[in-house]
Amino acid sequence: MKAIRNLAGTLLLFLLLAALYPSVLTRAPYDRQFRELPDAPVSRQFPLGTDELGRDRLSRLLYGTRVSLLAAPAAALLSTILAALVGGLAGFLGGWFDRAAVAAIDLMLSLPWLFLLIMVRATLPLNLPALVSALVTFGLIGLLGWAPAARIVRAGCRTLRCSDLVVQARACGIRDGRVLVKHVLPNVRPILAAQFRASIPIYILAEANLGLLGLGVADPLPSWGNLLRPLESGLAPDWAAWAPLILMLVVVSCFYLTQPSEVVVR
Amino acid sequence: MKRFRALLTLAWSAAAATGAPYGGELRFCLYSEPKTFNPLLVADTSSEAIRYMTAGVLIRVNRQTQELEPELAVSWRVVSEGRGMTFKLRQHVAFSDGTPFSAEDVAYTMRTLFDPHLHAPTADSFRGGTGVKIDRPAADEVTLTFPTPVAGMERLFDQVGILSNKSPKKEMASLGPYYVARYKPGSEVDLARNPYYWKRDAQGLRLPRIDTVRLYIQQNRALELIRFERGELNLMSAVPPEIFDQLQARMPAAVRDLGPSLESEMMWFNQSPKAPLPAYKKQWFQSREFRRAISAAVNREDLCRLVYRGHARPAEGPISPANRFWFNASLKPHRYDPKEALDGLSQAGFRLRDGQLYDAQSHAVEFSIVTNAGNQAREKLAQMIQQDLKRIGIRLNVVKLDYSAIIDRISQSLDYESCLLGLTNVDLDPDAQMNVWLSSASNHQWNPNQSSPATPWEAEIDRLMQAQGSELNPAKRKAYFDRVQEIVSQEVPFLYLATRNALVAVSPSLQNANPSVLWPHAVWNIEMLALAPEVSKK
Repeated sequence: MKAIRNLAGTLLLFLLLAALYPSVLTRAPYDRQFRELPDAPVSRQFPLGTDELGRDRLSRLLYGTRVSLLAAPAAALLSTILAALVGGLAGFLGGWFDRAAVAAIDLMLSLPWLFLLIMVRATLPLNLPALVSALVTFGLIGLLGWAPAARIVRAGCRTLRCSDLVVQARACGIRDGRVLVKHVLPNVRPILAAQFRASIPIYILAEANLGLLGLGVADPLPSWGNLLRPLESGLAPDWAAWAPLILMLVVVSCFYLTQPSEVVVR
Repeated sequence: MKRFRALLTLAWSAAAATGAPYGGELRFCLYSEPKTFNPLLVADTSSEAIRYMTAGVLIRVNRQTQELEPELAVSWRVVSEGRGMTFKLRQHVAFSDGTPFSAEDVAYTMRTLFDPHLHAPTADSFRGGTGVKIDRPAADEVTLTFPTPVAGMERLFDQVGILSNKSPKKEMASLGPYYVARYKPGSEVDLARNPYYWKRDAQGLRLPRIDTVRLYIQQNRALELIRFERGELNLMSAVPPEIFDQLQARMPAAVRDLGPSLESEMMWFNQSPKAPLPAYKKQWFQSREFRRAISAAVNREDLCRLVYRGHARPAEGPISPANRFWFNASLKPHRYDPKEALDGLSQAGFRLRDGQLYDAQSHAVEFSIVTNAGNQAREKLAQMIQQDLKRIGIRLNVVKLDYSAIIDRISQSLDYESCLLGLTNVDLDPDAQMNVWLSSASNHQWNPNQSSPATPWEAEIDRLMQAQGSELNPAKRKAYFDRVQEIVSQEVPFLYLATRNALVAVSPSLQNANPSVLWPHAVWNIEMLALAPEVSKK
């Protein structure tokens, strides 16, 4: 199992490096339209051919991978921090704050998040550069995705609140803030780490969903979501058009495979 | 038994005489759920398709010749100085349930059509027709008189399906070649041959030839393609270019590119003074030189070649060449010339520095274009325009929104800079476009609901549209509308990009198919269509 995890991690690292340094594999800019060469087959100039507007598929795939591999962990970090704040305080403080937080979590979980994302995105300013639109898309996903993790963190903190460790610390006169930072937080860190790792593939798929609907990262910046769009019709011109889907499946699988098999809360 | 054999022999001899067999089931797809079967309430394409095949009309626009043809009215004349029409009705006609057709049905239909409680979209076409007066000078004649003259009134009756006043089946009783026999929501609509249909072919044999029509409700065009190739479907309408090319490679005899359709793609700038945009941007968008420069910077040939795979042509203006009478043949599409675009911008005070265009107040020229998410062709158009404008130093931000958000922005909040959408002219007559061209209209997209025309050229368009709307002489109307098209081409309130070709696929087993560029393309002559004997026997 450890060997598989190492292999998955290595593959992810390799893909991240390829996405960070795409010029090693291709020199074509991702947005340049070679209009005389639409739907070009695989060649030395275009290792994955070109799309229907004559753009280099490999270049777009690598830049799209960069967007997903960098922005999805950032969104996961954002949602994990929010989950830690809301869930941690709710579980530790209890009382009215806990009740309010639980209501907020339930509300967030009951909302159809995809429609919520579409609705929120429709209200954003129109003149956003493509890169900012990518950050906004993943930012929104992160902002709206904290609730499931917050529920788990809250449960962990509630358990810890009644633990001997915390009772003893309080009995010694240590203030709540210090107890939270010094004793509770280190103990829920494995939960937060697991939530962070689990969120990354979910957010990659969330962006792909939005991209498939045409509502993800703005053109001409590629992302896996908008690269998958030509497959939507079921009429992909050749095998190379399936590369984004294959790569996404590999990356999402690798993220799951790199996760430890169990999380221990002491 | 002998009688049955005799009938069978007669049917076979009829088929042999015309060369077209009888019977069988025609199958094709609707791309959305029909919203209504009431012919007076039709507002969507699926219901429109069903209305075309089931409803009887007084006058039909022939989809090939674009001329008017008698249907339930054997003749008609315009009366009361263009305010009314008198129809002489066809005799010995019955609805699909056997109820006889009479002048009372026409009167009932018109009364229902203009019932303010019904809100019939078809009634909107009769501008000022709210107070229709109905007279029956003879048993087989009806005279309809409107308060004001209605230009091109005759062709409006192509969309008025006649209802039965007496039939217990009400709007489900039809006078067309078929009637709705079964409807499975979300799945299919089955039409059956109207046994009382009045029309006969040149040999005097009954029509329609095909017994039933099965309409599958199917949105996925890839699945439709698979079913067509398997022979489960007999035809495909409005085929997307990529599917058309695939089919052309595999079944070249089945596909037909009919040339320019009535559908085009266009973009426009928000020129409304009420728009919540910076003043300098409003100034750009209200500048004719700016709009003309953008138009010259867009490579329409490339748009047609790459986005529509060559199954489109650069658009000349608001009227497609498919509309033979109203198309202004003297207009040409705006030429692609980035140098001319930059020269025009330079004369308007814009400057290109380090690859970025700036206006006279040194604002970097950047704007957004909204289009509906999910329409891949439009998304590609936007991406190509983005690259074209980059060449003249303009940064274009493409924003894809869901359709309702776009409609809200372009009609309510006016919070957008430019918009890319499509245009489908179902009606050939420009009178149907009044709500676009009049400056006071809500669909005057670039600056809607004006209390008085904002520019002299909009005032001129208002005057010309009103003149053509009250003129009865077709040649004079054409001259007025030609001038409207010229003004639009000069002032560029809309940048017309591409006119899509009508692409259809017709199974070789379907006989007498003669698809038209006008909607409903392959089934406009549905009563004449026949299936090859081996298919009809199945």
